Amino acid sequence: MESDQNKIIGEVTQSDYKYGFVTDIETEFAPKGLSEETVRFISEKKKEPAFMLEFRLKAFRYWSTMKLPGWAHLDIPPIDLQDIYYYAAPKTKKEYQNLDEVDPELLATFDKLGISLEEQKKLAGVAVDAVMDSVSVKTTFSETLSRQGIIFCSMSEAIQNHPDLVKQYLGSVVPYTDNYYASLNSAVFSDGSFCYIPKGVRCPVELSTYFRINAAKSGQFERTLIVADEGAYVSYMEGCTAPQRDENQLHAAVVEIIALKDAQVKYSTVQNWYPGDKNGKGGIFNFVTKRGICKGSNSKISWTQVETGSAITWKYPSCILLGDNSVGEFYSVAVTNNHQQADTGTKMMHLGRNTKSTIISKGISAGKSNNSYRGLVRISKNAVNSRNYSQCDSLLLGASSGAHTWPYIQVENRSSIVEHEATTSKISEDQLFYCQQRGMDAESAIGLIVNGYAKEVLKQLPMEFAVEAQKLLSLSLEGSVG
Amino acid sequence: MLLSIKNLHASINGEEILKGIDLSVDNGEVHAIMGPNGTGKSTLASVIAGREVFDVTGGEVMYKGKNLLKLAVEERAREGIFLGFQYPVEIPGVSITNFMRTAVNEVRKYKGLDPLSGGAFLRLMEEKKKLVELTSNLANRSVNEGFSGGEKKKNEIFQMAMMDPVLAILDETDSGLDIDALRVVANGVNKLRTKENAFIIITHYQRLLEYIVPDFVHVLFEGRIVKSGTRELALELEEKGYDWIRKEQER
Repeated sequence: MESDQNKIIGEVTQSDYKYGFVTDIETEFAPKGLSEETVRFISEKKKEPAFMLEFRLKAFRYWSTMKLPGWAHLDIPPIDLQDIYYYAAPKTKKEYQNLDEVDPELLATFDKLGISLEEQKKLAGVAVDAVMDSVSVKTTFSETLSRQGIIFCSMSEAIQNHPDLVKQYLGSVVPYTDNYYASLNSAVFSDGSFCYIPKGVRCPVELSTYFRINAAKSGQFERTLIVADEGAYVSYMEGCTAPQRDENQLHAAVVEIIALKDAQVKYSTVQNWYPGDKNGKGGIFNFVTKRGICKGSNSKISWTQVETGSAITWKYPSCILLGDNSVGEFYSVAVTNNHQQADTGTKMMHLGRNTKSTIISKGISAGKSNNSYRGLVRISKNAVNSRNYSQCDSLLLGASSGAHTWPYIQVENRSSIVEHEATTSKISEDQLFYCQQRGMDAESAIGLIVNGYAKEVLKQLPMEFAVEAQKLLSLSLEGSVG
Repeated sequence: MLLSIKNLHASINGEEILKGIDLSVDNGEVHAIMGPNGTGKSTLASVIAGREVFDVTGGEVMYKGKNLLKLAVEERAREGIFLGFQYPVEIPGVSITNFMRTAVNEVRKYKGLDPLSGGAFLRLMEEKKKLVELTSNLANRSVNEGFSGGEKKKNEIFQMAMMDPVLAILDETDSGLDIDALRVVANGVNKLRTKENAFIIITHYQRLLEYIVPDFVHVLFEGRIVKSGTRELALELEEKGYDWIRKEQER
């Protein structure tokens, strides 16, 4: 029976990556490899002000002294950082006034991704800042948003047009000394998104960015900065895909969120970078630093992520709860299949009084994959009356996959309460038989069961994303038994 | 003949449970299978439904003129075989609505029909809920999660109504039910009975057969059907107990 199950898992989990196409667009590269010259080249190409070049150079010099971190439960093959293009911009770059001026092939790429800008523009009321190989193609809805004083643009534009805001906040949550990949990003980031919601403004649409790695042997280093001023609200969605290539591609992004007094930021990610083939060849290395600070009192930051892609994922979206009564949330579904590896989780740093955090993590491992939750809940001495609730569930499909949980809890006062619950389960033969007896094949049965398992997290996603995420979950596993 | 079982042998982990079952069920018939614990009643139900933990070691099962044993579990279901579970499993996070919609549309796909739209599906659900007198708000809850014993069984009958089977097998659906729940279950079956479909009702007790009047009653004992008759057989069993069968067999 076990072997039958493994056979079914094998059959149904080894579907092909459906976004593995390459767009043939002329690309302008920086010289290959990483050096001070590369850093200067990027900054110059982007006509950056002096403070940016200085930031990059400081980061580069600091990074040069650092060593690769080795603590994650990951088996990372050596990455030759000198064999990567750090800047690859589609050469046809122009200032687009409307979508008709955009390279039709570029638009076709987005169509294949099922995120046609046209459609998004018309239907969803979503403002999309699409980043393909680092340069923003088109920012839609900007005009609509700007009427309310909302700034939503590429990071490059923000550096040109809003240098004061960038200077004030960039690196304030994730300093350039933070960790190996964040330092690397600080030195060479090519573009990304910038978002500022002014005082008391509730952003009327879901803001959305799509990232896509296109050029071969290029790394993608986005930098995202979101600032919600006092009493502001924004919901931000990020989605990612990458074409199928044999070599590994590096993706080392940094996302910083700042929530001032009474502000709320909801950040949702659906990540389906190319995970490599069935034998573990190729795929994206996704080494991302995401952190938000609840700077003012009563502020709230909520991370929701659905991680189905990448060969290796190393990612811990975190919250620094500095303001009194501030709230941090982390909802995560991470799926690994075949030879994928994921080490993901969160850090909740309680510094203010009466701060609250919630962690719901659902790991699903199939094939020969390894899925780890790693989380830190730290309640400092001054964070009196704070609360944390953590729930970490793992679902194993088949006999060859692994699930691991590393929760760290540090509490430094007596008035706070921390709860941690963890479960590990399998899809039972009983559940599968029950579904199949109702006419479902193994694939749809597993899709259904897994979506049910992840429901607590999926329901946190904005509507537009929830449907996509549900499909992705089923697609990534295409049925699996345990 | 809708279902024709000949000399069926089946075992689990090398232990033979079914030792030569013969049973014929035609459209429009209700068969009751009775017998003491551990004689293979549930195994028979599972084998007809295609549960893989059981190895069929001999005999044949024809259903609608096809070799049933060659069909996968889901194919049997799509061909109209429904199993009402003795112990329905919980599926956390999956609402009954979503579960049933997936099931109904999979069967429709198999039959070459378009999936039901959300509206049409909800209307169908309301209609079937009424039919089986499902008054509670079960449909919004996760499949069987936190259900009482009675709720689970009512939910099975509701699912049966939704799937509109040709051959429904109810595996001890009456066990552990109070009299009200028992009546709901029985009424459901009676309302769904047509000339086209058939039921195999597995039960310990005669009680359920007061509400669902069977055309045939079979006694399953140690892996074989040892006695077949009409409704009167059930009454006789109730009166004399299973010891009567045991003694008769020992003779």
